[in-house]
Amino acid sequence: MSTSSLYQEVILDHNKKPRNWGQVADANRRADGHNPLCGDRIQVSLKVADDKIAAIAFEGESCAICKASASMMTAAVKGKPVADAEQLVNEFRDMATGKLDTAAPGHHLGRLTVFAGVRALPTRVKCAVLPWHTLHAAVNQRGAASTEAEGDPAHAPMGNAS
Amino acid sequence: MNAPTPLAMSRAAFDVDTLRRDFPILRTQVHGKPLVFLDNAASSQMPLPVIDRLVRYQTTEHANIHRGVHYLSETATREYEEARRKIQRFINAPEEREVIFTSGTTESINLVAHSYGKAFIRAGDEIVLTTLEHHSNIVPWQMLAEEKGAKIKVVPVNDRGELILEEYEKLLSPRVKMVGVMQVSNALGTINPVKHMIALAHRHGIPVLVDGAQAVPHLPVDVQDLDCDFYAFSGHKLCGPTGIGILYGKASWLEKMPPFKGGGDMIRTVTFEKTTYAEIPNKFEAGTPPIAAGIGLGAAVDYITGVGIANIEAHELDLLNYAQDQLNAMPGVRLIGTAEKKAAVASFWVEGVHPHDVGTLLNEEGVAVRTGHHCAQPVMERFKVPATSRASFAFYNTFAEVDVLIAGIRKVQKVFG
Repeated sequence: MSTSSLYQEVILDHNKKPRNWGQVADANRRADGHNPLCGDRIQVSLKVADDKIAAIAFEGESCAICKASASMMTAAVKGKPVADAEQLVNEFRDMATGKLDTAAPGHHLGRLTVFAGVRALPTRVKCAVLPWHTLHAAVNQRGAASTEAEGDPAHAPMGNAS
Repeated sequence: MNAPTPLAMSRAAFDVDTLRRDFPILRTQVHGKPLVFLDNAASSQMPLPVIDRLVRYQTTEHANIHRGVHYLSETATREYEEARRKIQRFINAPEEREVIFTSGTTESINLVAHSYGKAFIRAGDEIVLTTLEHHSNIVPWQMLAEEKGAKIKVVPVNDRGELILEEYEKLLSPRVKMVGVMQVSNALGTINPVKHMIALAHRHGIPVLVDGAQAVPHLPVDVQDLDCDFYAFSGHKLCGPTGIGILYGKASWLEKMPPFKGGGDMIRTVTFEKTTYAEIPNKFEAGTPPIAAGIGLGAAVDYITGVGIANIEAHELDLLNYAQDQLNAMPGVRLIGTAEKKAAVASFWVEGVHPHDVGTLLNEEGVAVRTGHHCAQPVMERFKVPATSRASFAFYNTFAEVDVLIAGIRKVQKVFG
């Protein structure tokens, strides 16, 4: 698969004009996400009420793939029950790591399938998945997510030589 | 029996297109485009004479070394030791026993940190490093400092990425028991004035370890001229195999240092009551080494010597200047590392685009650059960037390849425009 499918218009647009950028003023859940290998850092804040994500926002410094993924994630889970958001976290991660076939029925990814191309780029999988890990950490009140965390299913061996 | 050291070709005879034929991998196509390999600082490619040498060793010469009385063991031992002598000549080490085979620069530095540290570093002592160092010349010393209660002092850099020598001089004192400095920065390309720094350290009786991983492939290195106490480098950045590297150390230090690893080959006699150790270099070479890789490194040194390190230095400087002039002229592109003396590395930042996106998009054009912190996070912090994109050159790169890189960066800017 050519990588050019990854930098689609929708991803470039969300990178340039991220939705839900900033912080939720009366947030009751937040987490920081960090990819120490490339320096991506994002913060996700949300307000959970009646087991629903009433409000969500993010900010940080990251590559386009991570930022667009975060932007589209906030748009996708806003107003949804927490359980649905968690389901989406799993589906997104499975798509990015190649375990979920986007052509098969039964998933709820919708427009998020534009990120399916990262599966061909092992070093970029973490960029796309970081916002979702951070959301997962926030709703579970863990406070932080790292792409280097133990048991991270997106953990792929990365070149780290000089 | 021993092949004579090849004579370097003249500058006039230095022809990149001819040399490129020695590197089959450079004919690779990426996304239907010719590979433009500009990640040589991470690892360089291997020419056919080195590949052929590995095949010849494995098909006709292999057995374990330093043991057997039989034909193959003697052949392998002779070739391995001949490789050591080639490397000795290449860096002008006074004696072959001062050339220790290791698995690479990282192990070379760990060896010194462990063995020198065990014998000579005490609580309250200081180790001087620089902001530019690769993690492999930071972490082993931190581990040692933590264990011994010693302190790490760091030489700062200016905005061009050059070490501030006045600050370095201020750090030197009788408390300092080691200076560790890289000769060429892998992240910025800065050539550090290590000879001068070594002389300053020696005035205080302080030994100096030079990390030469990025220097040996690009400029002539003479450890006697530098007067360094230790010099570390890797084979795979020098057109040789991975898994092999060198530690040069002055015999006067190596003899006083305890072994690093215990095992076969590094002993003289073993009983359960007492073991006596072999002389250097064997004292530091426990276990069966990667014999083929060692012989391959010898062949790589022959190849580099044949091309001529002065030719390599001159061609790479031309490439670097050609690339930097164009990068400097591009709006929205900033060079990170503008030292007066640089070798083979152009680190840059494209405004508004994260280096990972730059790298992925350049890959679509067939261009291989490194993106990230280059195992030099203190450098990234100093220049207030999370990461950079890095084009690093080898003598087989061409001006046309630099043009492809520049066109690729323009395309990146257009996509993100």
